[in-house]
Amino acid sequence: MSSPSVRSTVVRAGVRRGLLETKHSLTNAGELAWYLLMPAIFAAVLVFMRDSTVPGTDFALGAMVLPGLIGMSIAMGGLLGAPSIIAAEREDGTLLRAKATPHGMPAYLIAKIVTLTLTTLITLLLLVFPALLVIEHLRFGEARSWAILAAIFALGMLTTVPIGAAIGAMLKSTAQFGWIWLSSMFFVGVSGIFYPLTALPLWLQWVGQALPFYWLGLGSRAALLPAEMAVVEIGESWRTVEMLGVLGVWAVLGFVLAPVLLRRMARRESGSSVAARREEFLTRSY
Amino acid sequence: MEVRDLRMRYGAKDVLDGVDLTAHRGEVLALLGPNGAGKTTTIEILEGFRMRSAGEVSVLGVDPAHGGEDWRARLGVVLQSWRDHSKWKVNELLDYLGLFYGPYSTQDRPRPWPTGELLDLVGLTGQADLRIKSLSGGQRRRLDLAIGIVGRPELIFLDEPTAGMDPHGRRDFQDLVHRLSDFEAATILLTTHDLAEAERLADRILILDGGRIVAEGSADELARQMSTHAEVRWTTDGERHVHSAAGDPTGFVRQLLATHPEVSDLEVRRANLEDTYLGLVQRAENITELEEVTR
Repeated sequence: MSSPSVRSTVVRAGVRRGLLETKHSLTNAGELAWYLLMPAIFAAVLVFMRDSTVPGTDFALGAMVLPGLIGMSIAMGGLLGAPSIIAAEREDGTLLRAKATPHGMPAYLIAKIVTLTLTTLITLLLLVFPALLVIEHLRFGEARSWAILAAIFALGMLTTVPIGAAIGAMLKSTAQFGWIWLSSMFFVGVSGIFYPLTALPLWLQWVGQALPFYWLGLGSRAALLPAEMAVVEIGESWRTVEMLGVLGVWAVLGFVLAPVLLRRMARRESGSSVAARREEFLTRSY
Repeated sequence: MEVRDLRMRYGAKDVLDGVDLTAHRGEVLALLGPNGAGKTTTIEILEGFRMRSAGEVSVLGVDPAHGGEDWRARLGVVLQSWRDHSKWKVNELLDYLGLFYGPYSTQDRPRPWPTGELLDLVGLTGQADLRIKSLSGGQRRRLDLAIGIVGRPELIFLDEPTAGMDPHGRRDFQDLVHRLSDFEAATILLTTHDLAEAERLADRILILDGGRIVAEGSADELARQMSTHAEVRWTTDGERHVHSAAGDPTGFVRQLLATHPEVSDLEVRRANLEDTYLGLVQRAENITELEEVTR
């Protein structure tokens, strides 16, 4: 329906907005601290685990955790990043501005994808610094590792950003975001990132394997750990096909649900709904 | 812009109960009414942000419920900002929003409005490089206005535009509205509960009360139309009498003098537009208080 000139304008505006917001976020102390959180956790983990090895092997436990953290950062970028941004920007009227602008909504979504991709990438790059401590155990020197990591990153963003956006569209206020945060902590607990999945009760293993966290962690381990480490995993393999399958299902689910829910949410935005949320926010804070 | 028999119902409550209004190109229309009269609901339906329950609505020749993005490009909606885009600089945001209007530029309406000119117009040139969160409330309202007109709209919606502005800001705002309607030929619909402001700004005032337009016209016409009430005061035998005469005060006085020849100090006072409007606002407030008490 829209002409090519409109389409290129929307893409250009969206990318510009995404870059600008990434820049704003990198010059904000609070958000910078957030980017440093994951590397800090990892550094702490390395210190605590410095003498531990994976049971039954002489492989450093700390090196085992790094790929899991890569998976977790990717998953958090989409599953927590997207809903927190959407809930906040719906409350403060940013979404309504996008709606009042011709083709503002698609540009807004493009911008969010750009921003989330870049900020997640920055978190991942920062993980490299503590990773240097255990570098000799990891397969960073191989082209194969980087190809798999790039694929996991792309697949992870495709999977988690739409699902995160769908969750964000369902939130009624930023206050509800706390629940998302708590439940994601639980999901990380059963994701096999800090604690091997095989050591958990069987039903929790199933919960863990239903969610993207586990598979993104597993994929990163496949990229970075020596091939013989696969024996520690469920089924004693990296289960690449299953990984693609589960992540694929989540991606499809996200791409089906997100546009419907986002459209529904956008349809309900108006000056008075933003004003009502502002009132609610102000009464909440006193 | 044309509205016929617009209705809006939430549950069992009729917020709009048959609103009719027409606006011509270049006209400034003020929708005046007490809080809760349905002003915001009306304007949000016209903006295409809210679905109506019934009635016919045409805005720039299009039904807002089905208005596409090309239609939206011709509208200017002035929203009240709060914390949105707080990390952006003033000129960053105007540049960004202007991008969307480029494809809709025409010979007689070059779009978007260049950021520098726009900042000059609303008096924010000195704040161009500041972050939006550092603006004062009044400066923010000026920015909201600049955002609303960055696409050189043919039709501008302003919901309570001067709320929170100081007198100086109000004055500047009124000049700007006149400029937009005179030089840009923009049609403007604004809501306000301030009668004086409506009188100064609008070519035509529509008074909305209880979900209906109860009066319509220029300030002068309204004064005549709505002032059917009059108060008659007189003295008989040193005693003061007051009578509120609706409809035909002249007839009442004629009869009074015929039957009571001793009447002295006769005084007939017509209620002016302000009295009538204040009476209306007063009534609306009483109703709101009553609702709060019963709740």
